[in-house]
Amino acid sequence: MSVSDCSLAELLIVACSEAWRGNGEVVATGIGPVPRLGASLAKLTHTPQLMMTDGEAFLVEDPVPIGPRGYNDRKAAGYLPFSRFFDSAVWTGRRHAMVTPTQIDRFGQTNLSYLGGTYAQPKTQMLGARGFPGNSIYHINSMFVPFHSKRTFVEGEVDMVSSVGYNPARRPAGANFSGVDLRVIVTNLCVMDFGGKDHAIRVISLHPGVTIDQVHEATGFALQVDGDLPTTPLPTDDQLAIIARLDPHNWRASVIKGNPPAIAKETVA
Amino acid sequence: MGPQMGFRPVNEVTFDKRMTVDEIIGQLHDGMTIGIGGWGPRRKPMALVRAILRSPLRDLTIVAYGGADVGMLCAAGKVKKLIFGFVSLDAIPLEPYFRKAREGGQLPDILELDEGMLQWGLKAAALQLPFLPTRVGLGTDIATYGKFETVKSPYADGEVLLAMPALKLDAALIHVHRADQRGNVQALGPDTYYDEWFAKAAAKTYVSAEEVVERMDKSYPEDAKANIFERCFVTGVVEIPQGAHPTSLPPSYGWDMAQFKAYAASAGEEGGWDRYMAEVIGPDEAHYMAAIGGAEAVSKLPLPIF
Repeated sequence: MSVSDCSLAELLIVACSEAWRGNGEVVATGIGPVPRLGASLAKLTHTPQLMMTDGEAFLVEDPVPIGPRGYNDRKAAGYLPFSRFFDSAVWTGRRHAMVTPTQIDRFGQTNLSYLGGTYAQPKTQMLGARGFPGNSIYHINSMFVPFHSKRTFVEGEVDMVSSVGYNPARRPAGANFSGVDLRVIVTNLCVMDFGGKDHAIRVISLHPGVTIDQVHEATGFALQVDGDLPTTPLPTDDQLAIIARLDPHNWRASVIKGNPPAIAKETVA
Repeated sequence: MGPQMGFRPVNEVTFDKRMTVDEIIGQLHDGMTIGIGGWGPRRKPMALVRAILRSPLRDLTIVAYGGADVGMLCAAGKVKKLIFGFVSLDAIPLEPYFRKAREGGQLPDILELDEGMLQWGLKAAALQLPFLPTRVGLGTDIATYGKFETVKSPYADGEVLLAMPALKLDAALIHVHRADQRGNVQALGPDTYYDEWFAKAAAKTYVSAEEVVERMDKSYPEDAKANIFERCFVTGVVEIPQGAHPTSLPPSYGWDMAQFKAYAASAGEEGGWDRYMAEVIGPDEAHYMAAIGGAEAVSKLPLPIF
């Protein structure tokens, strides 16, 4: 295994890990294999202050590998069950979560509730808003999108606003939205942030071989682009070794359809 | 002789909260608001839920961090209104019968909440307050469709906050590892979710337990910290071993993923629920336990890894 033939998923894990750089003592929550491996990689390399759970109820200092393992393999350093998650992590602002919403709009508002139809009778019922309203108004959030398309990055507003974004029309006068802090969106094509005009979504790097036109075509709204864009960095050998250890069953290989390499073959030659 | 002032009648001096499942179901009524403890596919009072499925109860308002409890009650047509933070089986993210009821228009009356708002509403009810203020929900369609009102801080900050109304429950159903005849409970395992607040938000709380002992202090005094709510919040207890199956009850047993998959598959079949109800849920728990492979098989279910 060398860096030149690492997978796109591995590049994305490294890109996700950068989201938590320098965050300090906050709970790093990555939902899904790539964000979770990204959070673990961040803790093991550049930001050891991060706090993480075993996915159940305990805080661990050694991130637990994903997939089947012994139930007691985790070594608990602390305790953070769901029963005190809001008191300790969410409503205190001590968390940075990376999630995969079904829809994202130009304001950074997301939807995890339903698609199409109405609130009373949706065309497609999803999970429900889960913790998105609270997460988005209280702590840092980022997003991971494994397939960048107009179905996810919608033209208008999302069908149901499950999380707060930067939409002034949605903000009641006198309410406190100072906790809203959207950081990055990592997709299979690029990395974006909210550093554009009035928190507009802005492309900050393109993955190897991806053009900005491809990104525009796959997005339902206008994206800000400032000058020439850098290429998203490839993983280092050390990062790849840590990723392999944290994902012994290679779940990362099934995240992106076809598990493509980070550098498309035709561009390698 | 009637009760004397300040004293209970003699026959109530040695009080005993043991009830049968039928007695518990007999205290529930059509149209009630019922809270169900647990979290998704974890530590749900499923034997009590199955008892509701077998009963004529209907038009219930269910309050839950939902899993198969909500899905099954929807499939059986028991739910008039659902108040929820999510409905999911974790490894099977979209609960099949909840989804079917919603997309088919059989469950138009819902109150979708943020997970934190749900426990906040239970806490308001428990503390006998009309509401508790929060920022959560503001700026989202949770506030739009929930028709929540706002309040303004009377202090110098003047902050506008969402007023989360109390979620008062007529009854709460909870499953734990141990209870005693007086209603002392012990919930072991790494997480007890919001069961404490379901119990305190409810006018009456019914607890099923893997084991009911005569006196907790005489059987398990070393585990008193597992007493997640005090016995004044417990109306009745009933011993139902494997009572959380097919959901998980760590450290005793994990969830039954094969059973979840069979249940989920039935949602895609013509007449699937009626068949599942007849073949698996059946007329009583003896039938159910035989249908799912017996108590010993449940005790061997591996604990889920996250």
